Amino acid sequence: MTAEQIIFILTGALVLGSGLMVVTVRNLLHAALWLVASLFGVAILYAILQANFLAVVQVVVYIGAIAVLFIFAVMLTRRELMEKGRQTRPNRWLPALLGLLILSGLVVLILSVPGVENTAAALPAGLDTVRALGTALVSPDAYVVPFEVASVLMLAALVGAVYVATAEKK
Amino acid sequence: MTFWNNPINFIGNWLTGLLTGWHLPVALATILLYIIGITVLIVFAMTLDIGLVWVERKVVARFQDRLGPNRIGPFGLIQPVADIIKMVIKEDITPAGADKIIYNIAPVLAATSVILLWAILPLASTIYGVDLNVGLLYIVAAGALGTLAIIMAGWSSNNKYALLGAFRMVSNMISYEIPMVIILLIPTILANTMSVQGITQAQSGMWFAILSPLALLIFVISAIAELGRSPFDLNEAESEIVAGFHIEYTGMKFGWFYAGELLHAFTFGGFMAILFFGGYGGFFGLEKLAAFGWLNIPFVQALVFITKAMIGYWVIMWVKYSVPRIRIDHMLAFNWKFLVPLALVVLVNTAVLNKVLIDLPGWLYVLGMFGSNIVIGFITVEILRAHGRKQRSLTPPSPQPLHPSGHMSQGERGV
Repeated sequence: MTAEQIIFILTGALVLGSGLMVVTVRNLLHAALWLVASLFGVAILYAILQANFLAVVQVVVYIGAIAVLFIFAVMLTRRELMEKGRQTRPNRWLPALLGLLILSGLVVLILSVPGVENTAAALPAGLDTVRALGTALVSPDAYVVPFEVASVLMLAALVGAVYVATAEKK
Repeated sequence: MTFWNNPINFIGNWLTGLLTGWHLPVALATILLYIIGITVLIVFAMTLDIGLVWVERKVVARFQDRLGPNRIGPFGLIQPVADIIKMVIKEDITPAGADKIIYNIAPVLAATSVILLWAILPLASTIYGVDLNVGLLYIVAAGALGTLAIIMAGWSSNNKYALLGAFRMVSNMISYEIPMVIILLIPTILANTMSVQGITQAQSGMWFAILSPLALLIFVISAIAELGRSPFDLNEAESEIVAGFHIEYTGMKFGWFYAGELLHAFTFGGFMAILFFGGYGGFFGLEKLAAFGWLNIPFVQALVFITKAMIGYWVIMWVKYSVPRIRIDHMLAFNWKFLVPLALVVLVNTAVLNKVLIDLPGWLYVLGMFGSNIVIGFITVEILRAHGRKQRSLTPPSPQPLHPSGHMSQGERGV
């Protein structure tokens, strides 16, 4: 077993273990922090795959923005949703079953892709992945249209959020 | 390859030879080397941190017309060591009702988020942890972990002041991250790379501080906000919420927050040097002359870098000890209504001009970039002046305060 495989197994265990904790712990803030650990593990997986940009963006967006906002929202509800108190939806088995179904579906789907068992070729030396990604995002024969559409969608969401948040003037 | 030209590589090769000489497999020797390297880097950063405690206390004393530490050792140099001993032997209190695990992880995470930055900090052309091609985004990512640490500390302390500090920190960080990210794009555009080494080398001819002085200004402001130092120290505002997020921390756990903050300030001084003042190099082409070849020796470069970083750190301290804390609504308004629009304007200006002027001779390029920044700065000041005049005409003038005795006060008499 190479060092990379050991790191992969440890990271995978971190992602899955903390993912399990997210859905099982009763303290909401702990769940949010386990979510941070899980997302951080995903960032490590990206880093192992030499996707530096994705790894860093994963930390910036998911931990720096989304998880922090989660925790912020949870903190505002401090003592209300702690260990004590009744769960609003105590059903555990149906979601677990659904999760397993989705997992098996994904595994079947991925295994049906031709050449999935081959080891990927190493990246050519001197390839700047960030530059390649940046060029792909703005070149007309690659992803410029989806990129712009997503940008417009984000802008619309932003305008909508401002509209909803602004108090009505009378 | 000698020790003086490439010290890290030299020691690395020597250690690899030594370890494989002991019949260790090469893979294991490499991992061991990485662990040793990381440890040395952390030890170096933390040792520097001890010195920074002394620097900070001496400088603040100068600003406040005091002497600062002067009892233990020459010029009080041993004072930080005494402080550390004091903090280690202090009682370690965990407040009742605290969330123990999160409470204890938070200070470690706070210091870690700063030490993570040292991985990409190039001390010299051959002395650095790693040269990431996403270096600038990495700075933002490490800052995100710092925010998380403060939230964890504030929430787990089971104290309303700590929680208030954490709330303030989140609104501060989420706001000031935006001008910071926009401004980090400007060195990226000018150097055509996000790698910290690449940005340093791109400035061997001309500092980015001259190509875009406004970007430097916005970077300094948002860096101070990210550090949570005065005037943006609302997260620990002593006069309002006692000590904010670290109110319940005692002994060395408080020490970690304190050490982390000092090292963070110095590190941002370093990034100021790297992004805008050429880092370890940047002598306007002087280092290419044969007579100044000694400027390229890694140890000289490291000395140059630390000097530049110290100057940046001094500016941050200068602001901290001269400017009073601002109100939270003013802080947010200043960010959203002033810094973000200005940063966007500077970014668009830099991106367009960089493409337009790139084919012109060097001095014209520099002049165009510098001049456009001056024009933007002038227009900004004029807009602010007009806005201020409008605001003043809206509010009725308050009656002139009189000296209690009816006479003119000391200051007025002098005029």
